[in-house]
Amino acid sequence: MLLRHTSKEVKEREGLTINPAKTCQPIGAMYAALGIHGCLPHSHGSQGCCSYHRSTLTRHYKEPVMAATSSFTEGASVFGGQANLLAAIETIFSVYEPDIIAVHSTCLSETIGDDLQQITRKARDDGKIPEGKHVIFASTPSFIGSHVTGYSNMLTGIAEQFAVSTGAKKNQINIIAGWMEPSDMREIKLLSKKLGIKIVLFPDTSDVLDAPQTGKHVFYPKGGTTVSELQSTGDSLFSLALGSISAEPAAIALEKKCKVGFETLDIPIGLTATDRFIMKMSEVANVSVPDEITEERGRLVDVMADMEQYFYGKRVALFGDPDQLLPLTEFLLDLNMKPVHIVSGTPGQRFEKQMRQLLDQRSPETNFRNGLQADMFLLHQWMKNDPVDLLIGNTYGKYMARDEDVPFIRFGFPILDRIGHSYFPNVGYSGSLRLVEKILSALMDRQDRDALEEKFELVM
Amino acid sequence: MEANKIYPDPLQVREELIQRYPSKVAKKRAKSIIVNDPEIIPEVQANVRTVPGIITQRGCSYAGCKGVVLGPTRDIVNIVHGPIGCSFYAWLTRRNQTRTESLMDANYIPYCFSTDMQEENVVFGGEKKLKIAIQEAYDLFHPKSIAIFSTCPVGLIGDDVHAASKEMREKFGDCNVFGFSCEGYRGVSQSAGHHIANNGVFKHMVGRNNTPSEGKFKLNLLGEYNIGGDAFEIERIFDKVGITLVSSFSGNSTVSQIENAHTADLNVILCHRSINYMGDMMETKYGIPWMKVNFVGAESTAKSLRKIAEYFGDEELKAKVEEVIAEEMPRVKAIIEEILPRTTGKTAMLFVGGSRAHHYQDLFSELGMTTVAAGYEFAHRDDYEGRDVLPKIKVDADSKNIEELKVLPDPELYNPRKTEAELEALKEKGLEINGYSGMMKQMTKKSLVVDDLSHYESEKLIEIYKPDIFCAGIKEKYVVQKMGIPLKQLHSYDYGGPYTGFEGAVNFYKDIDRMVNNPVWKLIKAPWQKAAATNGKSKGLEASYVTQ
Repeated sequence: MLLRHTSKEVKEREGLTINPAKTCQPIGAMYAALGIHGCLPHSHGSQGCCSYHRSTLTRHYKEPVMAATSSFTEGASVFGGQANLLAAIETIFSVYEPDIIAVHSTCLSETIGDDLQQITRKARDDGKIPEGKHVIFASTPSFIGSHVTGYSNMLTGIAEQFAVSTGAKKNQINIIAGWMEPSDMREIKLLSKKLGIKIVLFPDTSDVLDAPQTGKHVFYPKGGTTVSELQSTGDSLFSLALGSISAEPAAIALEKKCKVGFETLDIPIGLTATDRFIMKMSEVANVSVPDEITEERGRLVDVMADMEQYFYGKRVALFGDPDQLLPLTEFLLDLNMKPVHIVSGTPGQRFEKQMRQLLDQRSPETNFRNGLQADMFLLHQWMKNDPVDLLIGNTYGKYMARDEDVPFIRFGFPILDRIGHSYFPNVGYSGSLRLVEKILSALMDRQDRDALEEKFELVM
Repeated sequence: MEANKIYPDPLQVREELIQRYPSKVAKKRAKSIIVNDPEIIPEVQANVRTVPGIITQRGCSYAGCKGVVLGPTRDIVNIVHGPIGCSFYAWLTRRNQTRTESLMDANYIPYCFSTDMQEENVVFGGEKKLKIAIQEAYDLFHPKSIAIFSTCPVGLIGDDVHAASKEMREKFGDCNVFGFSCEGYRGVSQSAGHHIANNGVFKHMVGRNNTPSEGKFKLNLLGEYNIGGDAFEIERIFDKVGITLVSSFSGNSTVSQIENAHTADLNVILCHRSINYMGDMMETKYGIPWMKVNFVGAESTAKSLRKIAEYFGDEELKAKVEEVIAEEMPRVKAIIEEILPRTTGKTAMLFVGGSRAHHYQDLFSELGMTTVAAGYEFAHRDDYEGRDVLPKIKVDADSKNIEELKVLPDPELYNPRKTEAELEALKEKGLEINGYSGMMKQMTKKSLVVDDLSHYESEKLIEIYKPDIFCAGIKEKYVVQKMGIPLKQLHSYDYGGPYTGFEGAVNFYKDIDRMVNNPVWKLIKAPWQKAAATNGKSKGLEASYVTQ
C-alpha cells in the first residue's frame, strides 16, 4: 500500500493539509504568461519558485518552459527586491530580447511588500525598457487562493495593461480562456472558425507548449496572443470569459477599462456546456450554427446513447480545479453517472455556490468540499468509506487509484506521467467525445479484467 | 584530449559566451567560465549569487534541505511550514525509492504535508497553526519523528519553528520534533539547504541511539539518495562483500538507522557537496574518519570497494572484494565491449548538481566518450578544485548566514577509529581520507569548466561544440532535445536507473547507446525539407535568438 497511513476514519483538521488538491499562485501566472507571444515570464522571488514552476510545467508538457527569476538572497529579502528586479530586466532585455516581460510576485516579495507597479515604473523611468518593449506585472501572493487564482490574476494584469479603447469598434469577440490546455485553446479557435467568428483568444498556449520538433529551439515559439491582438481587445464587440474563477476577473477588468461587455460561461467541457458556448457565440456574433458543428454534436450524443448502459450509475470521485470540475460534473450527470465525491483545494464561495447549485438540483447526496483541508487525503478517506468505480484527477491520483484498485482517468493539472493532454482537447464536442472514449475504455478494461471466464464478453 | 584540435580555442569560446551580457554581468560570468588545466588547476568562481534574470538552473535552500537531504528518509513526517506550493513541488518529484520490510512499516514518502499558510497567518503569525498541524500529524500517524521546514515567509514574519518544535517534542515525549530554518532565500542555491540539513540531522538525530551495531566492517553511506534505486544496488554489493551498512544519509533510510550512525567505523561520501559537513562533524565528535568514494561507473565501483577494504585493512575482506569484482565484471565487460564501437569518440557535456557532473564522467570515459565541458549547478570551489583550496575560500555575506556548528569531541562517545599514523599511511596508499581532489583534476586540459551555467550559455555551447549528448535536468531536457541533441537527466535519470555499481553501469551504457544512436534524431527533417537542404537551403543547428 502506497498510502498505508490513510485511515478510514475522517477527523476534522484545522492546521494540516495532506496531499493537496491545489498548488500556489505563481505557477498559474507563469502558465498564463506563456500564452502571450514573445513573452518571458519572470518570477520575483527566490530562485526555487521559478525552478519548481518551470520543472512542473515542463514535466506536464514535455516542452521547454522558459522563465527568469529575481534570485533573491537574504539581503534582497531584508532590503527589498527592487535592485534585483531592475538588474533582471536589464539582463533579460539584453540577452533574451523578449517583447514582453511578465513579472509575477511570490510569497516572499509580497511579504516584504515589494510594489511591482512602482518598480516597473522605475525601470521605465531609468530607461531599462527598450523602445517598443513591455514589462507587465501581476500580484500573485502564494498565501491566497491557489494556482488558479494566479492564472486569473496574470490574465487580469494582461487585460488591464494591454487593452486599449480607440473608440472604433472592431468586428471581433474576445474569448478569455480559463485554465485549459493548448489543445483546448486550439479547439476553441477551430470552433470559432467553423462558426465564422473572428475572435481574439487570450491567453493562447497552442503553438507554444506543443511546439514541433524541428531541430531548432525557438525561444519564443510562433504561438501566443500578440501584443497588437491584446491591445485590440479594448475595441472588441464583446468578451466571453470561459470560467468564472480563472477567466471572469480579466473580463471585468476589460469592461472597466474599455467598456467591453462580457458574459461568463463554463469552459465548454461536455455536451451541455459546449451547447451553451455555441449558442452564446452564435447569439453575440449573430451567426447561425453550421451543420458541421451540429453533426459533431450529433456524433457525441450518438455515442452517449449507444453506450448508455456502461455509464449508468457508475460512481465517480473527482478532484481538480473549479472551472474544470463544474462542467465535468455536469457532463458526468448528463452521462447518467454518479459523482460521489468532489474535492478542490481552490477556495472561494463563488465556486462553492455554483457547485452546490448544480448538485442540489441533480445529485444532492454528493460529498463536496473546496478550500482549506479539502485535499486528496480527505478524498481518499471518503473513497474508503464510500467506494467508487472511477477516479478522475491529476497524476497524484494514481496512488489512491492503485491502493483502492479503482480505474483512473488523468484529467487536470498536473499530468506528469502521460502525454496527450496537450494534443487532444477535452473541450467542444470532439473533446467531449474523447473524454467519453477515455471513460468507456477505463470502465470496460476493468470489466474485462475482472470478468469471470464464462462472463467474458467478445462484443461490448 | 583533442578538444583544442577539434574545437575553437576555449578562450574564444568564453568570449563568445559572455559577449552579449551587460558589461558588469560579463565581468562576473567570466570568472565562472574557466579553461581547465589539471596540472595547475585554475580558480573557478563558485557558490556566488546568480545574476538576476540570467535564467539559471539553480533552485533554493528549501529544495536542498527538504527535497534533497531529508526527503528520502521514509519514517519522518516532513511538514512544510508555508504556503502550499513549496510542499507540493517537492512531493515525490525526486524519485527517492524506499523499501520497507513489511506493509506495517512506516513510509510517509508518498505523502505531502503542509501548513498551507494563509494571508492571516502571514499577518498575525503562523506558529499557532504550525503547532495545530504538528498535533494533528501526531494524532493521525504517531510517527517517530516530525520535521518542520521553513519557507520564505516564515523567516520574514519571525515564526520560531525551533521553539514550536521543542514545545511539541516535550509535550509528546515519544516523538522527536525538530525544525529547519531553510527559507528559500538563504544562501545562493540549494547548497545552503544541504548545510542547514546536515546541521539539523547532526544535532537532532545522530547519536540518539547508542545500541552497538552488529558487523565486522561497519560503515555509513553518505550523500546517496537512492534515486532510481542507486542505494539498492550499493546495498546489494555491500551484502555480497560482507560490509555492514549501519545507516544511509539518506537514501532508503529510517530514523533509527540515522540515530545509530555514530556506531559505524567509517563514513564513505558519495555526494561531497551535499553531505561533507556531516563527515567532518562526525569525525570531530565521534572520531569516525570519512573517505570520498564513487559508485558511479564499474571501474570506480571496483576502486571504491578496494579502498574500503584497504581502510579496514582486513585480508579476508580484501580477498572477498576481489572475488566479488571478479564475479561482477565479466558481464559488465561483455556489454561494454559490444557497445563501445558505437559510443567511442563521441562527446558529452555535463551541467548538473554538486557531484554528478564529476562522477558521471567516469561512466562516459568507460563508454569511450570525452567530456568537453562540465560544471556544477550549486557546488563550491572545493568541488571543482579539491579540498586543498578550502583555506583560501573567502566567506562572503551569503555563506556567513549559514550556521557553522561548533562541534567538540563527545566526552563519552569519541573514539578515534584510526590513529593519526594509520590515517597517514592510508593516505599514502592513495585513499582520499577526509579529502576530495575535485572535478578539475580529472578533466582534460583545455576542457571547459562553467559554474552555474545560464540558459544562454548552454545554447551557445551546444551551438559551438555540437556534443553528442548533454546531461542536465528537467528544465533543460526538452530545450536541448529541440535542438536535435539527446539530453540525459542526471537528477531523475529520465525515470530509469539505477546507475550505481555494476548493474547501474550496465544500465547507463545501454541508455546512452540508445540515446546517442537513436534513429529519431535522423527523422527530424521531413523528406521535402531534406530535398530543399541539398539545394543549399539548410542552416543547420542554431538558437533562435542568436541573430548574427
